[in-house]
Amino acid sequence: MSKRIKVLKTYKIFIDGKFPRTESGRYTQLKKDNLTIANVCLSSRKDIRNAVLSARNAFESWSSKSAYNRSQILYRIAEMMEGNKNQFIEELILQGEEFNKAILEIDQSIDRIIYFAGWPDKINPIFGSVNPVASSHFNFTILEPMGVVGIVASEENSLLGLISSIIPIILSGNTCVTIVSEKLPLCAISLAEVISNSDVPNGVVNIITGSKDELAPHLAQHMDVNALGVNIDNKELKNQMFFQASNNLKRVVDVSKYKIEDSSFESPYIVKKFMEAKTTWHPIEKDFTSTNNY
Amino acid sequence: MILDLKTKVDKLGIEDRVSRITKRSLKSEAKLQGLKMILSMIDLTTLEGMDTNKRVEQLCYKATHLHQELPELPNVAAVCVYPNMVKTASNSLKDSEVKVASVATAFPSGNSSLEVKIQETKEAVFNGAEEIDMVISRGKFHSGEYNYVFDEIAIIKENCGDKARLKVILETGELGDYDHIRLASEIAIKAGADFIKTSTGKIKPAATLPITLVMLEAIKDHYYNTGKMVGMKPAGGISNSKLALQYLVMVKETLGNLWLDKHWFRFGASSLANDVLMQILKQKTGVYQSNNYFSKG
Amino acid sequence: MSSKIKSLKYNGKWDFSTSIESIENLSIQKEYQLFINGKFQKPVDKKYFPSINPTNEQQLTRIAKAESKDVDMAVNSARAAFNGQWGEISAKQRAKYIYRIARIIQEKAKELAVVETLDGGKPIRESRDIDIPLAAAHFFYYAGWADKLNYAFPNRTPKPLGVVGQIIPWNFPLMMAAWKIAPALATGNTVVLKPAESTSITALLLAEIIKEAELPPGVVNIITGDGSTGNLIVNHPDLNKIAFTGSTQVGKSIMQSISGTNKRSTMELGGKAANIIFEDAPLDQAVEGVINGIYFNQGHVCCAGSRLFIQESVYDVVLRKLKDRMQSLVVGNPLDKNTDIGAVNSKQQLATIQKYIDIGVKEGADIFQLNCELPKSGYWCPPTLFTNVSQSHSIAKEEIFGPVLAVQTFRTTQEVINKANNTPYGLSAGVWTDKGSKAFNLASKLKAGVIWANTYNKFDPTSPFGGYKESGHGREGGLHGLSPYLNLE
Repeated sequence: MSKRIKVLKTYKIFIDGKFPRTESGRYTQLKKDNLTIANVCLSSRKDIRNAVLSARNAFESWSSKSAYNRSQILYRIAEMMEGNKNQFIEELILQGEEFNKAILEIDQSIDRIIYFAGWPDKINPIFGSVNPVASSHFNFTILEPMGVVGIVASEENSLLGLISSIIPIILSGNTCVTIVSEKLPLCAISLAEVISNSDVPNGVVNIITGSKDELAPHLAQHMDVNALGVNIDNKELKNQMFFQASNNLKRVVDVSKYKIEDSSFESPYIVKKFMEAKTTWHPIEKDFTSTNNY
Repeated sequence: MILDLKTKVDKLGIEDRVSRITKRSLKSEAKLQGLKMILSMIDLTTLEGMDTNKRVEQLCYKATHLHQELPELPNVAAVCVYPNMVKTASNSLKDSEVKVASVATAFPSGNSSLEVKIQETKEAVFNGAEEIDMVISRGKFHSGEYNYVFDEIAIIKENCGDKARLKVILETGELGDYDHIRLASEIAIKAGADFIKTSTGKIKPAATLPITLVMLEAIKDHYYNTGKMVGMKPAGGISNSKLALQYLVMVKETLGNLWLDKHWFRFGASSLANDVLMQILKQKTGVYQSNNYFSKG
Repeated sequence: MSSKIKSLKYNGKWDFSTSIESIENLSIQKEYQLFINGKFQKPVDKKYFPSINPTNEQQLTRIAKAESKDVDMAVNSARAAFNGQWGEISAKQRAKYIYRIARIIQEKAKELAVVETLDGGKPIRESRDIDIPLAAAHFFYYAGWADKLNYAFPNRTPKPLGVVGQIIPWNFPLMMAAWKIAPALATGNTVVLKPAESTSITALLLAEIIKEAELPPGVVNIITGDGSTGNLIVNHPDLNKIAFTGSTQVGKSIMQSISGTNKRSTMELGGKAANIIFEDAPLDQAVEGVINGIYFNQGHVCCAGSRLFIQESVYDVVLRKLKDRMQSLVVGNPLDKNTDIGAVNSKQQLATIQKYIDIGVKEGADIFQLNCELPKSGYWCPPTLFTNVSQSHSIAKEEIFGPVLAVQTFRTTQEVINKANNTPYGLSAGVWTDKGSKAFNLASKLKAGVIWANTYNKFDPTSPFGGYKESGHGREGGLHGLSPYLNLE
């Protein structure tokens, strides 16, 4: 009996719920010990454009889902990951992580999703407010999602870092376009597959592989992106992005300030940074009462 | 009858507008001119259970002799009395331009049969009333019987004939909210009221600025819909010049020049005239006045 | 409405006599200095610029122009105060200083209102009833937060940022200073503030008040100058934050300047707000809201309701009401208590407004202006509205910052949501409807930081204010106005 030939996985990018190859047709070879592990798409600015378009189209329906519903969908991602643990562990090891650390990272990642999955319906009770204005108005402030967020995920922590970038941003109703780790992209594509199977509507999460130097500026300049969550150490690129972001006053959050591995990262304050406060006024009618003196 | 029930009123919005109106500052010439206009628009009123012929005669005298030191002043617009005093008032005022107005239709409650109301109106007009101040049936209004309210006004109007103008009192203090006041205004206007009037003076709140504004807006919409002018009379609670001037500013800024005339705007008040006189004298002399120098009633 | 019915006339029969607010006992100095380290001092370069009364184009006074060395001194004194006395006193004591400022503003309310009107051209009714009381209220509100910050941010220990640079516009000079300074002080920061070039005086009166309140030297520094002074502040290396209120264009360039630094920022920028009237709205009150929305403060308001959307079924009646209501607006001397629309703030701004009015006419929109007599000297613009406007007209897209309203129509809710959101701005929006469910729907769909439902242009220190999209980021007012001045990490 001849030896079974293993079926190799094709790593494609994730745009609008589909898995296309980059429109540019370019790829790079990910190697380990001089053996090719995978061919990874070297995406182009047109892929960024398509991804932003898809994220924009998805925003209305994702943000208008009930918080309870978003909560369940995020929980579903964690469930699906739990079932696909082995694949992630394999990929983490392929990318050079030790077995024990790989297990720790996948467990931490799943637990982190569970942590954030509980937040969608708890952000506003904590950070919203009813404001006691002096005039006869009912006045309240709630936090709303910003829209399309451009994410540049960390180079290290290819799974936990990615989860920590994406989940706190989309839980409030934002959609995102994520440029993932350049040297460790495998888990990102598997995560996309999990997301694709987890009731997350198409376009809410878009995942792009390729050169950050090339792609990130296009994301930073895009006029239909509302905010950036940037977790990179390359100071030059980061500054360039923040400079470019001012063209339409994108909100920028430097995620590299936070210790992703640390449990202190788990807080609603990171969620709040990608939300916008909206205050609504409405008059309150006060009755007049009559008395008679017949 | 087709009623435009759609028009809504936002209470706070009305009050905001009023607060802006009350911030108008009236000085010198504008103030004097305004005060004189107010005097000319007053319906000098006595509506008490203990009214007597003598009391009515005294009031009529006052209506035509406001102040001997200020002979150039206008007369008040009308004297308003109960139906049984119409003859007396009519006799006292026969040589003057001051109109005789009479409340009718079981004032102030309006709770009587239509026959009685018609009879009362006929009598008052027969006895010389040139203006009839009727009250609407608030009970019927609150039970949603708008057609009844409408028909009643229309019949009274018919009985006023061309001898008397009809003022319809909504008794706004019993209507509950501004949307109701707006609706009642429209019913009265469409049923043929020559004037709409806030109050009997027996219920608090009587006239207020916001209530008056709601009614003025109804009058304005009617004007633009039909070209017909309807008069307005706030009554009760307007006892000083400052407040009366604010009403006048409201008329100016809501309905404009045409309504700044006693034919289209009245104040139902008993003590306002003296305060206006004191203010006019103060404007002329620069000295603050005392009640002692102004005849009461 | 039948065309035979004559429009009502509102003027000529009984007009208001002038009623000028007294300016006796008012002393405006011949020259104003920089307020640095608790003292008024002359600028190092001894340069001054004039402050003009926009109603008569006369010079009111001259104001010191801060140059690089002055900015350094101001920042250094703020840094020293932050590291020293201000950083050391307890939050409770800090609160009391801020309360003092609120009280002194109330005591000097009339003087401040008159100066605000003289210097900026806004009606005394507004400076007296809105600007100054709100400025005092803002200090009073934030004073109370100083020793309660731990309750505002669960699971965090808030810390001040350090020294904050603040640059404010000319439309609400004192009120904007209060919006900036009060939360900064309550959270324990120290301040370098620059008022707008054309309206510096009340900020310097506030400096006197701060001195009178005995705040430690250097806690608040107020330096004056034009855009170049602003640039020096923005680029000063020893500031921890820039808080800016002004145009979107300048906001973007500030963001570029501070990108790559550790400076935090709040930007409160331009707007092109939609004010939406549905057919079921309380129309007369809606019209009043439109008037307040666009003609308040000569339209020099970032949240002005400059785009009016009227549902087609009530278009004629709303427009008629609006034009009638405009007849009662009094344009003229802002010191007159009856004035509704005062002077345009500066020659330059008048030119901008006029440019847009010309463009509106050229692009084919129909203009309607209040036919009123304007004073001979000074900068004036009568209340103006354009009909026959579409989304692509410049006057419907760009911020004019003047009393110019662009009126459009719509048929359905979805249509008006699309039109209203079809702008890079997102500061505020107005909705007028009698139907609660519709109001809430619009409130959630409109992309703007402040939604006024059945009301417009209301402000309160407890109520957060600030924009979406290119109208800026960060909030001022309320609980949400605290975090931009705190480090919560």
